[in-house]
Amino acid sequence: MKIAFTAKGSKWDSQMDPRFGRTEYIFVYDDNKDEISYYDNRAIENAAHGAGPQTAQKLFDLNPDILITGNGPGGNAARVLEQAGMKIFIGAGEMTVKGAFDAYQKGALKEF
Amino acid sequence: MKIAIASGKGGTGKTTLATNLASYLAEKNKVVLVDLDVEEPNSGLFITGKPVRTETKYKMIPQWEQDKCTPCGLCQEVCNFNAIIQLSNQIMVFPELCHSCFACSELCPTSALPMIPQKMGVLKHLRQGKLSFVENRLEIGQEHAVPLISQTNEYVNKYFSDGLIKLYDAPPGTSCPVIEATKEADFVILVTEPTPFGLHDLKLAVDTMKALKKQFGVVINRYGIGNDDVLDFCRKENIPILAKIPNDRRIAELYSCGELIYQKFPRVKEQLKNIEDYILELKNRATQ
Repeated sequence: MKIAFTAKGSKWDSQMDPRFGRTEYIFVYDDNKDEISYYDNRAIENAAHGAGPQTAQKLFDLNPDILITGNGPGGNAARVLEQAGMKIFIGAGEMTVKGAFDAYQKGALKEF
Repeated sequence: MKIAIASGKGGTGKTTLATNLASYLAEKNKVVLVDLDVEEPNSGLFITGKPVRTETKYKMIPQWEQDKCTPCGLCQEVCNFNAIIQLSNQIMVFPELCHSCFACSELCPTSALPMIPQKMGVLKHLRQGKLSFVENRLEIGQEHAVPLISQTNEYVNKYFSDGLIKLYDAPPGTSCPVIEATKEADFVILVTEPTPFGLHDLKLAVDTMKALKKQFGVVINRYGIGNDDVLDFCRKENIPILAKIPNDRRIAELYSCGELIYQKFPRVKEQLKNIEDYILELKNRATQ
């Protein structure tokens, strides 16, 4: 199973990024292979409009089963993610990526 | 003669000034008042007249036709506004993000994105005596004010000659809608109040007008509250102060009843006269 996180860095101890569309990185953990990877999303800073759909499209391409984020996607991005059929968990904006993963495993995060 | 009435800060009295000045000037001159604050037009609360014309305004947005799509992804590449995205063989259009540039539609090799009209707002044109009034009201759910402001300007340019006094009630702030509402103006009146908030946002508005290379002056509303910092700022920057409208609870009461104030307040009428003199002087200089 692939789990994506919106994060401010590319490591387990990086802070989560509470924003969805303008997240700095997308951190991906594949628990079958016990592999991590990341996507540097910082170019999104230059997008005046439509950061949500653009990041959502990137997620669609990465195709995780689960997304863990902070505030949750806005309406436009949610439309895209719905197409992709991934489960979204929110409320992890103030944690580290590791902390967010632990909270998810304990069932402490809210489903969007 | 095009005069835009703008402000940095909201709630400083743009509409109060625009409606009263328009009615006052229309006692002797042909005037058209245009409400360009399309997101919340409220000049119409103070101006009545006989309906001349009502028009529905549209913007064009692409609509995806799946059976024609290859799907090559070019539309998404050329969109500068992220209004189109491709999810494998699906294309999604976000109408709220679309700026109607037609790039996706024109460049699509299989014409799978025809542009279709979407209702953007309703324009109303009224007339009473020498005063004409035009407003445009953005449809609920529409996010872009600029195209509707632009269409309002086109309407006014089509139906009113340049000899008229044209007053434009602009939206507040300093962002795109304000630029669109003031870019054709020969002169901009910035309305402020003599408070720290008023001064802070006046400075932003002044910077904006300088960047647009506009001629402008300041009207201080609710004069008597706050402090002298706005006066000092204008003096230092050599910005003409066209009028000072006194702070008076009865003015606010009349406003809240949807009534004009200058007929009942000689002191306000005097201030409007000051603005009139300034405008007519500008107009004479422009026609010489």
